[in-house]
Amino acid sequence: MKHIDEYRDGALARSLAAAIAREATSGRHYQFMEFCGGHTHAISRYGIEDLLPPNVQMVHGPGCPVCVLPIGRIDDAIRLAMRPQVTLCTYADLMRVPASGGHNLLRAKAAGADIRMVYSTLDAIRIAATELDREVVFFAVGFETTTPPTALAIRLARRKQLSNFSVICNHVLTPPAMRAMLGEPGGAHVRVDGFVGPAHVSTIIGTQPYAQFATEFTKPVVVAGFEPLDVVQAILMLVRQINEGRHEVENQYIRAVTADGNLIAQREIAEIFELRPSFEWRGLGELPMSALRLRDAYADLDAERRFEVATVAAADNPACECGDILRGLKKPADCKLFGTLCSPETPMGSCMVSAEGACAAHWTYGRFRDRARVAVTVTVADKAFA
Amino acid sequence: MSTIRLRARRLDIRHGRIDLSHGAGGRATAQLIDEIFRSAFNNPILDQANDQATFDVPAGRMVMSTDGYVISPLFFPGGDIGSLAVHGTINDVAMAGARPLHLAASYIIEEGFPLADLQRIAASMGRAAAEAGVAIVTGDTKVVERGKGDGVFITTTGIGIVPPGLHLSAELARPGDAVILSGCIGDHGVAIMSKRANLGFDTEIRSDSAALHGLVADMVRTEGAALRLLRDPTRGGLAATLNEIAQHSNVGFLIDEASIKVREEVAAACELLGLDPLYVANEGKLVAIVAPEAADRLLAVMRAHTLGRDAAAIGTVVADEQHFVQMTTSFGGGRIVDWLSGEQLPRIC
Ligand code: SF4
Repeated sequence: MKHIDEYRDGALARSLAAAIAREATSGRHYQFMEFCGGHTHAISRYGIEDLLPPNVQMVHGPGCPVCVLPIGRIDDAIRLAMRPQVTLCTYADLMRVPASGGHNLLRAKAAGADIRMVYSTLDAIRIAATELDREVVFFAVGFETTTPPTALAIRLARRKQLSNFSVICNHVLTPPAMRAMLGEPGGAHVRVDGFVGPAHVSTIIGTQPYAQFATEFTKPVVVAGFEPLDVVQAILMLVRQINEGRHEVENQYIRAVTADGNLIAQREIAEIFELRPSFEWRGLGELPMSALRLRDAYADLDAERRFEVATVAAADNPACECGDILRGLKKPADCKLFGTLCSPETPMGSCMVSAEGACAAHWTYGRFRDRARVAVTVTVADKAFA
Repeated sequence: MSTIRLRARRLDIRHGRIDLSHGAGGRATAQLIDEIFRSAFNNPILDQANDQATFDVPAGRMVMSTDGYVISPLFFPGGDIGSLAVHGTINDVAMAGARPLHLAASYIIEEGFPLADLQRIAASMGRAAAEAGVAIVTGDTKVVERGKGDGVFITTTGIGIVPPGLHLSAELARPGDAVILSGCIGDHGVAIMSKRANLGFDTEIRSDSAALHGLVADMVRTEGAALRLLRDPTRGGLAATLNEIAQHSNVGFLIDEASIKVREEVAAACELLGLDPLYVANEGKLVAIVAPEAADRLLAVMRAHTLGRDAAAIGTVVADEQHFVQMTTSFGGGRIVDWLSGEQLPRIC
């Protein structure tokens, strides 16, 4: 356990926090976004906010794969699962994500749909190989981190000639979502002085894809691990970049991330997937070139084509503020439903379902702060940002 | 003829299995009770062989508690379903500050269950009861068809007697009270789960299953007047226990993560299994809420007992209408320790 404790050491945390407090020039306000839900979770679970001076604030980003999945795609999954010949395999996180009309996969399962919770894509392959009379569909979600396992399943299905296996692909890409954070034309966006960059995603894609934010948008990016000391150290590195007027991509997570990432995984992904011209993100809207689909060569394994899935856009509960929360414009406590109608037992939006969702993290670890807090306002950037 | 001869023989423990006749109430049932249970539990009240146990009771307030045990696997490092069924119910009785007197045990056994395993479980129960000085004085056995059970389920019921003048109850925690935890957390749940998940650790993690009434007796004798309540953090772990107390007593807690002890290998297993030790079950630990002025003395008494060697003050009760269990993490920040919602699900990112 030495290995893990090293990254959770309280004394080290205090000395890093002291350095941040010393170096974050008073009178200046630093507002950083942690892109990943994994970081949001660590910040809440370890109470990292309490270690930061008041002029250093964190804004939650949209890096929670379950949270950014639009409702229409869950509707697709339910419709598919209701077909008598289909067995839908999915990660457990998705079971309670609200779909249209108060549905979710858990209820569809109770109503008789054959939905199986799996821990890995290989479980889905196993089911397909043993239950040849079933049409096994794997509901693939996630950022670049979970794409290689999906690619592996597709390869295996091809090799084993499993004609009853297919994938409904919802894999999305991190850099386009980060771009969206820095301002879609005309839309309101949160002020971000720098990013705590993705951990696991970066092990796959490397640090190079973030160069555009440093050069084009002059925003520092520090790629950081998911342990609490990683996060605090990354924040200190961001403060230093700002103070020194630098805007570079730095790597705090050198124990796992390189500049180029995992080239084998990248090749594998490129071989099987291609960019969709556009994809709808919950909260962020349509983003060009932001998601993957199966290449024509793998069309037979593409559930969207096999079952002619036509996604119908569906609206979230109008009172749910997930959209603004995913864009960093609001905090969970700003939502009227938070803690009243919406809690992990009865989620109204997917940000309350996933452990990486901002609402779930705030509910589980941070909500005691709400009563003491003088309404935290998030600074919205001017149209013309630096 | 042959049937009669078979029944006259002793049970073939090595190769025999439970069949439906063992639950039919006839000779086979009598033989099973005789050769497996009565010999393992061995006490004069049980030997009266009535359908009930009759005994004298001391005057005063009685406590009664019952609990079903359905654990899988049946045998695990540090115990088995039998010792657990004894310890668990003794502890439930003891948490009222009571001295446990007697236990009753009821078995639901699945057809086909090996007699050798049953004997092993009964022997372990007998041993646990004898060590605790609490006799199993009556019981029942039922057999269900194959597929209708999972090996064996055991229900134990315990009674005990509360020392005069002592009143411990979940609604008695008051702001300012100290919270004392008797030792490391997470051992039982992790022992079970790592066995299930087949985690190959160098050091085996053992369940902490133990009867706590001896420790409780010491605590009650010396600091009974200052004690507000005792709880054993079983299912749902320390987190559930503190939240329950907060709810019942209409208070909150402020606890300090650094003072909560977790064995290194338990912490490592939790990391691998994606669990938080605060939510993992214990079977040999207790939480005591005590008036602040008596906290140090109580700690000293607990540490003098083997089962309280690692006892530590982990926080205080605070006024809080929202019943938050707040914790200062060892990292230095604050968080709440909420009820567990749903299962702890695997990550996908
Ligand atoms: S609290 Fe619930 S309804 Fe409100 S934004 Fe979060 S998930 Fe949506």
